[in-house]
Order: sequence, then structure tokens, then C-alpha cells
Amino acid sequence: MAEKEYEAKIIGFFCNWCTYAGADLAGVSRLQYPANIRVIRVMCSGTVSPHHVLRAFQKGADGVLIGGCHIGDCHYLKGNYMTIKRMTFLQDLLKFTGFEDGRLHLEWISAAEGPKFAQVIREFTEKIKKMGPSRLKIAPKAA
Amino acid sequence: MAPAQVVGISGEPGNFSVKVHQAARYIDMEKCISCGLCAEKCPKKVSDEYNMGLAKRKSAYLSYPQAVPPKYAIDKDSCIYFKKGGKCKACEKFCPTGAVDFDQKDVDRDINVGAVILAAGFQPYDPSRYGAYNYTKLANVITGMEFERILAAAGPFSGHMVRPSDHKEPTKIAWLQCVGSRDVNHCDHSYCSAVCCMYAIKEAIIAKEHSKVPLDAAIFFMDMRTHGKEFEKYYWRARDEQGVRFIRSRVHTIDAVPGSDDVNIRYLDEHGNLKDEIFELVILSVGMEVAPEVMALAQTLGVALNSDQFAETSSFTPVSTSRPGVFVCGAFQGPKDIPQSVMEASAAASAASEMLSEARYSLAKKKPKFAERDVAAEEPRVGVFVCSCGVNIASVVDVEAVRDYALTLPNVAFVENSLFACSQDTQGLIKERIKEHNLNRVVVASCTPRTHEPTFQETITEAGLNKYLFQMANIRDQGSWVHQNEPEAATHRAKDQVRMAVATVALQPPLQEFDLPVTKAGLVIGGGVAGMEAALGLANQGYDVALVEKKDFLGGHARKLNHTWNGEAVQPYVDDLVARVTSHPKVQVYLNADITNVTGFVGNFVSTIVSEGRETEVPHGAAIIAIGGHSYKPKEYLYKENPRVLLSLEMDQALREKNPLVTGANSAVFIQCVGSREPERPYCSRVCCTHSVENALRLKEINPDMDVYVLYRDLRTYGLRENIYKEAREKGVIFIRYELENKPKVTQAADGSLTVTVIDHILGIPVHLNPDVLTLASAIIVKEQEKLAQLFKVPLTNDGFFLEAHMKLRPVDFATDGVFVAGLAHYPKPMDEAIAQAKAAAARAALVLALDVIRAGGVVAHVDPETCSGCQACVGVCPFGAISFKEDEKLAEVNQALCKGCGTCAANCPSECITLFGFSHKQLYTQVDEALAELEAEMEEAAGA
Repeated sequence: MAEKEYEAKIIGFFCNWCTYAGADLAGVSRLQYPANIRVIRVMCSGTVSPHHVLRAFQKGADGVLIGGCHIGDCHYLKGNYMTIKRMTFLQDLLKFTGFEDGRLHLEWISAAEGPKFAQVIREFTEKIKKMGPSRLKIAPKAA
Repeated sequence: MAPAQVVGISGEPGNFSVKVHQAARYIDMEKCISCGLCAEKCPKKVSDEYNMGLAKRKSAYLSYPQAVPPKYAIDKDSCIYFKKGGKCKACEKFCPTGAVDFDQKDVDRDINVGAVILAAGFQPYDPSRYGAYNYTKLANVITGMEFERILAAAGPFSGHMVRPSDHKEPTKIAWLQCVGSRDVNHCDHSYCSAVCCMYAIKEAIIAKEHSKVPLDAAIFFMDMRTHGKEFEKYYWRARDEQGVRFIRSRVHTIDAVPGSDDVNIRYLDEHGNLKDEIFELVILSVGMEVAPEVMALAQTLGVALNSDQFAETSSFTPVSTSRPGVFVCGAFQGPKDIPQSVMEASAAASAASEMLSEARYSLAKKKPKFAERDVAAEEPRVGVFVCSCGVNIASVVDVEAVRDYALTLPNVAFVENSLFACSQDTQGLIKERIKEHNLNRVVVASCTPRTHEPTFQETITEAGLNKYLFQMANIRDQGSWVHQNEPEAATHRAKDQVRMAVATVALQPPLQEFDLPVTKAGLVIGGGVAGMEAALGLANQGYDVALVEKKDFLGGHARKLNHTWNGEAVQPYVDDLVARVTSHPKVQVYLNADITNVTGFVGNFVSTIVSEGRETEVPHGAAIIAIGGHSYKPKEYLYKENPRVLLSLEMDQALREKNPLVTGANSAVFIQCVGSREPERPYCSRVCCTHSVENALRLKEINPDMDVYVLYRDLRTYGLRENIYKEAREKGVIFIRYELENKPKVTQAADGSLTVTVIDHILGIPVHLNPDVLTLASAIIVKEQEKLAQLFKVPLTNDGFFLEAHMKLRPVDFATDGVFVAGLAHYPKPMDEAIAQAKAAAARAALVLALDVIRAGGVVAHVDPETCSGCQACVGVCPFGAISFKEDEKLAEVNQALCKGCGTCAANCPSECITLFGFSHKQLYTQVDEALAELEAEMEEAAGA
């Protein structure tokens, strides 16, 4: 099969109260960013378990971005503390297993930070594009 | 009603008629969908007030992105149409909903209300009047408020910390404190603005975080006033960990540095040496003042102002203005920070509710109930409605293609385009389509669920569907608007988001909400001023209250106080308060009492009170913890070793009893920070500076020739309290500053006479004082709080105070619903603040008690008992104490009345046996799968090839 042009696939898990709202604000402000991302809205970044992230990589995502409230601003008081713990652990684990570093990214973006949201998406998309396709994606499924 | 202004008032408490002038905004708020096209197309740029003039906005504008209501307005003063008589109208031409209305007129309304709350705020001081600071001439001399906007990610420079003159990132910044505060020479503001020290430290720390190079940050101050909860530690961190320089000096002059954009600061250091230092940016920490239009409003309303132009209030009724029925909160009441403003806001609501309790709910309208169709047994039949939002979506996303694509998806039974999905007629149409096509789930592909989900949920409820059988695909805010130049990619993304929404809604079962009864009674623990005020607050709103006091009398430490800072006598107030509490038919007082057990949760607690050998089980819907504080009993400075050494409250007693030790004294010394602001107790006790200054004045009243010395570290007479510090200096009280490393030394001679030795900070030599009486301003601590914290499952700070849900925004709530805190148990505070917090706690508790039922269910977590292994990984991560472990069955269980639906437990459960309804594991996995579905097809194809 002919090599198709690589189109980076990025999954975003964004908390309802901060990053998802920041994404909306980027829209209201008409800030432009690449359309490689597919967004899953969750109530809190603490809803996202490492399994959900691993599933995305298993299914061929090139990057996963978790967006939550700034530390201290969590709508549920300390959900994002759990996010930090889980995701830094998962980042270490992914590195340990030999998976490329940097495909899982965690960012705090508030509801007021539309420009930051757009910038984060631009930079992360650019980075993932440069990294090329995830190895899990190229590897055919085990028969 | 914005923009609007109160222009008149008549009537009496309980029945006011308020005249409101509502200016035209030239945009119909009903029609405006906040798409922002008007602002985009508007050709007129003007200075943006929200960004302190550092950026531009259009004449058609939204004040700021989170403005409430989130509707645009046209600024008549700059609009070309109004200026040039009928030309332009670009906004009208492009508005997709026809919301622009240039014929809109100002409207005068008469509103009938029972009470009025003034929350008119402050204006930042304009430092132009400080000639020697050259604020108007030097671009790189800015105010703290301007720097806030510069630091903001949504600000004029997108959060890049640059200075105004050349947009270069400064590497050396100075903050100058007390600009427009504690200064009668430039501005007649003798008061302290109470917030600037903290905001300067905060800005310095954030600036250091933003800076790419190590930033030199210096704060020039007179007294560092970090008297709030956890503030002192923040100050220490800034100084010791972040390396912020703190320089004790009031800066004399700011000058230009010729040949550069930098500025020179000239100041006297602590030893009296004149110094010059060059900075790249100077920030003036401007204070607060009441705006002239607010003064005019006060006059309109007949509300008296004090000499500093803030609303006149008494310490005992801190949110009541001079006009009955008109209440005040926030910075118009006096300079204050956010937590204090939030407390006062709730306190004002409580005061108004007490007055109007009989009328509660008399104007409330109940929503009609709609019968719900049982769809449990049906296969999913999803209807997909793809919105064009005028041109907002359709000009970028191919909405017909999205619609056609949706029809190919599994479970989709019906698809349709609409011009505006949120319009009244489309809502009607959706209801019809649900019935016609027997749809049992709905997806709307349009804007954001954050604003429009409730609208559509209401619509499908009216059509007989459970409101949770709904999903939105955000193809505007996170679609057409952000991929304007990539229509294909935007359409592709829109299709994917619709596919994800359809797949997840198909998995969605109907969610049930259920009602739990509420015990309409409160429990207040602590019979001091805060406890009694909280109890009365609830009782006056019509709720039964059990008031539990450990001692055999009511009044607590207030019994030992003579006056508030502004000279109001405390004892008559406390006597009256006790009388009002004990005679109130709705208050049951338990003396010599203790709480031994608490069961239940918000709306349904049962507490066991043991009082004088009797055990009583009291059901209550909410609880307020107001157990107060205690004075630290020092081991230093000869306390309890020499009769001339007193604590602050003992000095009050001596003054009250006209003790010859005090009345006959020729010399008196106060030592501040005894036990406070030390490594062992790293917090400021907030009240002691004011208390000592107040007692120093009393001593001067008794004997104007008495030598009175106050030995202090930073004099923290914050807010209007600064006025008595000024008065004390004028009356000859001598203030000597000492350092933590060089504490005063107290010795006694054989005859019991005292010598206090302190290093004078100006002279640098030891000064020996021989006071007849020595007062130790000792720290405030909390005792016996752990048991109560455990009973109610609420946390404590490292310093032992109760820890609220949020330091700024929820200062009287706990994370655990239905439990509240007030008074010194929360943090040391003076009486007016304790009363305000008590009233605030009553208002918050009344929000629970006013409910007929507590609605639970919906998006909450659920533990599957079949698969729960009893590992308890969920129990500890729940921030709300909603998960309990049932020992007998070895299972975790979620209390749905306490669950807030964050899903942290679900993510933590190793066997995924916890489901967050509406966001189940299966739904999240499915969304991931669907987002990457094309890829999977390709991968499978590749694998097969």
C-alpha cells in the first residue's frame, strides 16, 4: 500500500471548567490552531485514568493532551493533583517501556486563557508532527 | 440589567421602590448569540478599559471574555454611526440574528424590592497626583493594576511580561507600596488599602515565574502587612526562596534615566542614607478609593459615608449602612481583599434575608414537570441536528456534508440542518422531530455545551426524554471559529466530533435524580460572638437552631474585650446579643455541652450533644463550627513571673477595673508578635497591632504624660485601622521596631521593677525602658479542634485552624457539604470580621435549610457491588467525603447526595467498577475509539495487506 501522507492524530481530554472553557474562549476570540485534535470533554482532568490514555495510544493516537485547571483552581478542589500524580507516573512508565517521550502532555489552562490554549495546541501539534507517526500506529495489529 | 444605574429610592425597609436608569446597549440581548461578528466587523478601535488602556477594543464589544451577561454592546460614545449621523452600521449588516438595534432607547424602571445591597466596589488610585513619581511622563512607571493585565494570559501581550515603552522583557522591577494609601499629603487617604502588600508579593512571584532570566524583584515598603490566612508564609517564601528583595523605605522620587527607557529610584535606606537605584520597570502599588459616582450613589440612597468616604458601618453590624434596609459589602464598606469581600457578600445576603424571611419564595415560579418516556427497552434512535449558526459555522464547515455523514452512523435515525439550533422555533421543531421519528436520544452539533446544553436538555425534557440522553458536538467554538482557513479540516473534525457524540449518547442510559428530605434546623458549635451571631442569623430566617457552648456562659472571649478598634463598647453589645439569643424562641442553648457523635450528611445530620450529664440527639440540616480561639500563654518575657507583665486581654481587664497598676503607671510598654510570625507559629494573629494601639490610646487618655512604647516588627493596622495608628503617633505613643533576630529582652530587679531592652532600629543602639506595666500581644491559637474536625470530616491547616473549601472564593464553606465555619476557629480576626463571617455562614447554611429537598443523582459516581473488591482506593481520593467503606460487606459506597461528579474515584478504581454516570469508562473508551476510527480502519487494512 502506498505511503499516505502522515496526518497527526491528537486526542485531548479537557476538563469542563477550565481547559474546555479556555478552548471555547479561543474560539470566541477567533484564535486559529491546527485541526488535528479531537476533544473529549470530561468533568475533571481527574476523571482521566491512565487506561484511557493508553487506549488512545493503542488505537494509534500520535499525541494525547490532558488539560485541567491550574493547581489550586480545581472545580473539585484537588482533582488535578490526582491528574499530576497519575500522568507523571504514566509518562515515566511510557518512557520506561521505550515509548517516545513527549507524546503525552499535561497542561493547565484556565477558562480565561484562550490565547494560551491556542498556543499550546499549536506548539503541541507542531511537536507531534515533527516526531512523526507513533510507532504503535505503524505497527500492524497482531494477527 | 447592564448598563444601569440607580437614580432614586423611596419607601421603607421591606418595601422600597428603586428607580433604575437602564442605558441602551443597542443590542437586543434576547437575540445576541455572542458570536462576536459585530466586534470583528466594527471598524472603530478605542482604548480598552478592561486592559487598563494597554490594548484596543472595538466600539461593538464585550467588556471582557467572561462578562456577565455574555452579550455584546455598542459604545455610543465612540460608535461611528452615532458620531457621524447614520453612517457605518457594519455590525447591523453582519449580525446573523438581527440583534443590532440602533433605535433602542434608554429605559427608566421602577423596581419594587424589600432590601438593597450595595456592592459598588472601589477604583484604583490614580497616581498622577504624585508629581515626583512621574507616572504620566514615564512609560515604564505603571500601576499594579496595569501590571496585572500585562501578566494575564488573556491580557494585551498574551501574558508575555514586557514593559510598555519598548516591549522588552524587564530584568529588574521595583514595586512601590502605599501609593495612594497611608498618605495625607498627596491624596488625603490616611487609611491603609489592606491588599497591596499581598498583591505586590504575588506579582513579584509571578513575574519571577514568567521571566526567562533570573529577575531582580524589589519591593519598597513601610510595613509589610501580610495579616491574612497563610499570607505570612507566602511572604517568607517570596523573601527566602524566591529571593524577592524587601526594602523598608518610602521612595522619594522616580526620575528618567537619560538615554534609556529605564528609571531611577531615589530613596532613603533604613540607616538614613540617600540611595539611587536604576530599574527597568517600576510598579506603583496603588491603593483603593471610593469612586466619585459611588459617593453620589450613596447620597442618592441616603447612605452615610465615613471620613474616608467608605460606607459608614458599626463593628457590630458590619454590613448595615446608616439607612435601614440598605446593606453594604466589599470594598465600598472599607478596603479589603477577596475572601473578606466574599464573606461580607454572604453576610449582606443574610442580613437582607433575615429581614425578608417571611417573603421567601413568594415570588418564585416553579418549573412545570413533564412526564418521562421509558426508553430503557428501546434500541437507540439518535436524532442529529447540525446547526449553521447563521454563517458562524456554515461559512467554514460544510454543514450539509456533516448532516449526510451523520445519517450513515450507527443508531442514527434522523438528521437535519438548522439555521439556529438554539432559536425558539428550532426548539419546537426538535420536539416535533422527537415525536415524529420516535427518537430517544439527541445530538446537537453546534456551539458549546457550557452555554447551551441546559437549553437543549430542557427541550428534550419537554418532549418526554430524560435530559441526560443528550450530547453536543462542539463544531463552532472548537471548530469553525478556530479553523477558519481550513474548511476541509474543520469539516473533517466536525464529522469526527459528531461521530464521537453519537457513539457516546447511544451508550447513555437515562439517569435518575431523586429528592432527599432536609431537616430544617441548624447546629451551631460555639457560644461566642461568632456562634451567637450565626445562630441568630439562622433563627431570624425562621430555622430552629441548637447552640452548643462548652462553658457555662455565652459570650466567649468577647466578654474580656473593652472596645472595638473604632471605640465602640463591646460589653453592652454582648449583653444584648446574649439576651437576643436566649430569648429567641427558635434558639435552644446547650451550656457545658459537647458534641460526641455526628452521623449523616448535608440536609440530614444527627448530632449527639452531651450537656450536664444528659445526652440529646439533635437532627439538623447544616452545622456551623464557631469554636473560637485562645490566647497563647507565653513562656517568655517574665509572663506569670512578674505581676507587671500582662497579656492584651489582661490589659483590657486592668483598664476596665481601673487597676492602679495601670491607672498609676508613668510608663507602659507593649511587645508585639509574642508567639506570632515565628517558625513555631508562622502566621500573623491579625488583631494584636490594632489592639495594642487601641490600648495605648486608652493609656494616653488616662494620663497624657504617660510614656507609652509599642515594640513591633511590622505595624499591621490594616484598612481604616491605620487611622488609630496615626492618632497614636500624634498623641506621642512611641513605636520602636525590632527584628525577629533581635527580640526585646525583659529583666526584673529584686523589687520587681522591669527593664525592657530593645535595639532601636534607627539609632542601632540598645534602648532601656523601665515600664510600670508591660503588655504582651500574644498569638491567637485554636484548641481542641481535632475531634470536631474528625466528627464532621473537615480538614485543618498546619497551624490548626479549620481549612475552608477555597481560601478566596468559599471562605466559610467546607468541601464537605452542609458544614460551615466562622470566627477565630477559621483564622484570627477582629470582631467586625467575625460577625460578618458568622452572618455569612448563616447565609450559606440557610441555602441548605431553605431547600425543601436536596436533589441528588444525575452525573454522580456509582460503585458496582458485584465487582468492587473493597480495596478502598476510591475512599481517600474523594475530595468531598462522599465515599464510605461498609465494613460488614467490605464494599465501598457513594453517597449520591455528597458526590459532585468529578469522577476522580472512577479513574482511581483499579477494576473500573466505579462508573461516573454520563462519563462512564465505556463512553470514554468509545469516544477514544471513535476519534481514531478511521485510523483503525487504515491500520487493519495495512495489517491485512
